Order: sequence, then C-alpha cells, then structure tokens
Amino acid sequence: MEFRGFERPNNLVGVRNTVLVMAVCDCGEPAARQMAGGIEGAVPVTQYHGCIAMETVPTLVGVAKNPNVAGTLLVAMGCEGLQPEPLREEIAKAGKPVEVVNIQGVGSTRRAIARGSRMVRDMAERAKKQQRKPCDVSRLVVGVKCGGSDTTSGIAANPAIGIMSDMLIDTGGSVVMIEPIEAIGAEETLAARAVNEAAKQQILRWIGDEEKRWTVPGASVDFMCAGNIQGGLTTLEEKSLGAIHKSGHRPIKGVLRNREDDLESVPPGGGLYLQEGIHLELHAMTSMAAAGVHIIVFATGTGGSFGHAICPLVKVTGNPETWARMSEDMDVNASTIMEGKESIESVGKRIFDEVVAVASGKLTTGEQLGFYNFAVWKRDPRLEALLALR
Amino acid sequence: MKKAIRMDEKDNVATALVGLAAGDEVEVISSNRQVMQLVTARDALPLGHKIALTNLPEGAVVTKYGAAIGKASKDISVGDYVHIHNVRSDRLPLTEHMLGLK
Repeated sequence: MEFRGFERPNNLVGVRNTVLVMAVCDCGEPAARQMAGGIEGAVPVTQYHGCIAMETVPTLVGVAKNPNVAGTLLVAMGCEGLQPEPLREEIAKAGKPVEVVNIQGVGSTRRAIARGSRMVRDMAERAKKQQRKPCDVSRLVVGVKCGGSDTTSGIAANPAIGIMSDMLIDTGGSVVMIEPIEAIGAEETLAARAVNEAAKQQILRWIGDEEKRWTVPGASVDFMCAGNIQGGLTTLEEKSLGAIHKSGHRPIKGVLRNREDDLESVPPGGGLYLQEGIHLELHAMTSMAAAGVHIIVFATGTGGSFGHAICPLVKVTGNPETWARMSEDMDVNASTIMEGKESIESVGKRIFDEVVAVASGKLTTGEQLGFYNFAVWKRDPRLEALLALR
Repeated sequence: MKKAIRMDEKDNVATALVGLAAGDEVEVISSNRQVMQLVTARDALPLGHKIALTNLPEGAVVTKYGAAIGKASKDISVGDYVHIHNVRSDRLPLTEHMLGLK
C-alpha cells in the first residue's frame, strides 16, 4: 500500500511541505509571525519558556528536522541565551535549508521582518516545486493521543484507534504513544507486551517515574476523579486500560527518551514505541513531532478545534452528540460503535484509510481552519534531581 | 434490543451502549459486532457503565479489556450493575476526594 509523500534527505519522507518560521524564544515571536504572514505553507512557532530555556533545544531541533518540514527560518532577537547558531548547525544535519535572521543584528525590526519574509517566501517557493511521490505506507510514523476524554473514549475511539495502530504496524509502519500518566494502573498489561527484558524495564520505569512526579507529598494529584466515576469508570486499572487501548495490541519495542539533553527519534524499521513526556495535548504532540511522527490520531469525547504546527491531526470521536454537534471539526466518526451500528474493527479500518489519505495531502479539519497550534514541554531537571529520577 | 459491548472475549463484564432499566433484556455484542449472549439487567445503569456477564463471588477478578480491573468486593450476580459499590481496585483505593465528597 502506498501514499504520496515528499522525499527528504537521509531517506526520510514527509507528508507536509511546511516552512517553519521558528522564533527561538518568545521575544522574537511577533516578528516571526509577521515573517510567515500571508505565505502559503509557512507556519510560525516558538517556545514560551523564555530565552534561556536550553531544555527546549532538543525539541526545537527535533521539530525542525521532522520530515514534514521543508525548511526552517530561525528568528532570534540576538541577546538570548538560547543562541540560534548551534540550533542551525544541528538542524542542518537533516540536509534541509535552515537560515537565521537576527533582529538586533539587522538593527531594525521592520527591516528584519522584510528580510525574514523574503527568506520564507524563497523557501516556500522552492518547497512548492517539490512533487509528491509514491511511498510505501511502511514509512509512516503515527502518534496516538487522547484528550477531552469521556465515557465513549475507552469504548469506541481508543479501541478503534488501536485497530489502526495494529494495521499500520502490520504493514511495517511505526506508532508512538506518549502520556505515561495515563498508563498508571496498566503496568502489567503494557509490560507484558515488551519485546524483551530491557523494554520491559523501560516501560515499568516510564510509568513508575511518572507516578513519582505526580505524587509528591503535599502536591499530589488524584488519578481518578468524580467525573470518571460518574462516567462509569470503576477503578484506575479500567481507566488506564481504556486509555492505552489506542496503542493497539502489538509488542512494544521500547521507550523513546525525551529529556532536556536527549530526544530520541523513532528508529527506522517500524513497530510500536512509547515516549517519555507530558500528557497535555499540544505539548505531547510537539514531543511526538520532535521524534519524527508524521500524523497524530487524536481520540476525543468532547471534541476540540485545534491543529498542530508540524503534524496533521486526525480527530476521532466516539460520542454521538459530539459528532452531531461538531462533525465539521472531527475527521472520523467512531460514534457508530456506541450506536451498535458498526464494529470497532470497521471503524479502525476507516481511521487507517483516513491516515493514508491525510498522508497523501488530504487536509484535516484543523488544517482547513488554518489552525497550527504549538507548545513545547520542558522537563524540570530540578524536580528530576529531587526525586532521584535522573 | 438494547446493547452492551464486551471488549474482549475474556471479559466477565460488558459496557452498556445505552442506559439500561432493571428488567431490560440486553444483547451483549463483541468488538466485531457479533451477538455473544443475552443478559437481563437486574438494575438500572447509565450508558458507559458495566453489567455482569457471569456470577462473581466476593474476591473474584473482574475482567474488562481482557485484563483485571479489580476484584469483587461482594458477591455479584449475572445481570448486576458493576461499579464502585461492588468492585475495588487492586491499585488505588478510592478516596472521598476522588468521589468529590471532600
């Protein structure tokens, strides 16, 4: 089976041809936004952690290297601790165009915007000349995520996404699941799927470490809430098993590191991987994008109108009311499972088909709205040190 | 007929796809939409909540998604509503805070 993608250097393939206009920190963000303004395919992003947030560097480099990106313009104020040159050198290893505009160096914000805008336009025009070519589906890397979950998520959307995950892995493709907090209570089930002892230990540590981060005495959070119980979830085990269902049933090859000094890419060769990181939707999506994920399949009960700057987002709802109210914001209807009209397998196949169509250029509902949300998660090295997790 | 879904063949509970009333006859379907069994609801329960497919004596493992989700905290009969009143977690006891009582 094939999709039509963009060939990139280093034997990679992208499903989008985005020109990334990346302000290395928030002070350059308004200028970056104006440089990208009105240019088709240009997407402005930044990280909102300030100008000495060196912990964000692996993520910024990772998203610029993502094969959905055709080229990157780095926008710097000039005085930030997070300097653009080391970023440029690292991003350049992906063999794609990467340039820098330094606002203080140019000496005028307006002139810098004009110069940056020309560079973006130039990259976008070069990118536009690239044609999509047939690529084997085995080269696709899909991330799975849920948010705005409700009673239907664990019965309809997540299990159907799990079928998609199995189908993609069976064709040789790769799947990534983040959000270890959602796996607390499903340790045994996930660990039993590890390909070997090393992967098993990684999985147990992935969950165990996350539990420690959220159960700091005096600042702990509940893993179950009244809403979960009213929705029908009886135990944490049940809640977690429903959430991890989107990863399907295939063996887990390992946990990808996602740390302030080390962000591991999805290895070639296909299969299912977990990734370290946070469960917050946009932050998690950016982490997966930085590891090389092409497309994210998102289960939602309540609905949601966002997209992601790097990865097209295929939104799946299992809630018949959400589908009725927000179908123009949803990409796949899984509510037929709740109505007893369609099997989970059948919906899973439709999700798989949608993923392949989106990989070939079909615009997602978020893309149709022109929504390119972006947020960067930053691990706190001090918390890691205090909890002895390093 | 009203339906409940059994997520895995090893499961001893099914999840209601619509709200059930006591006395309702319920079709239990598989994830592949095959009718696996019929069960009569002994209690009312809302959509997304669970109904017992077998008798579960106190201490028996309650299975959904093919995995243990907890143990019966009292005897459960086929057709019973299965929730926090008769199942306890092996992983995390519920607190009043989680129940929204505190």
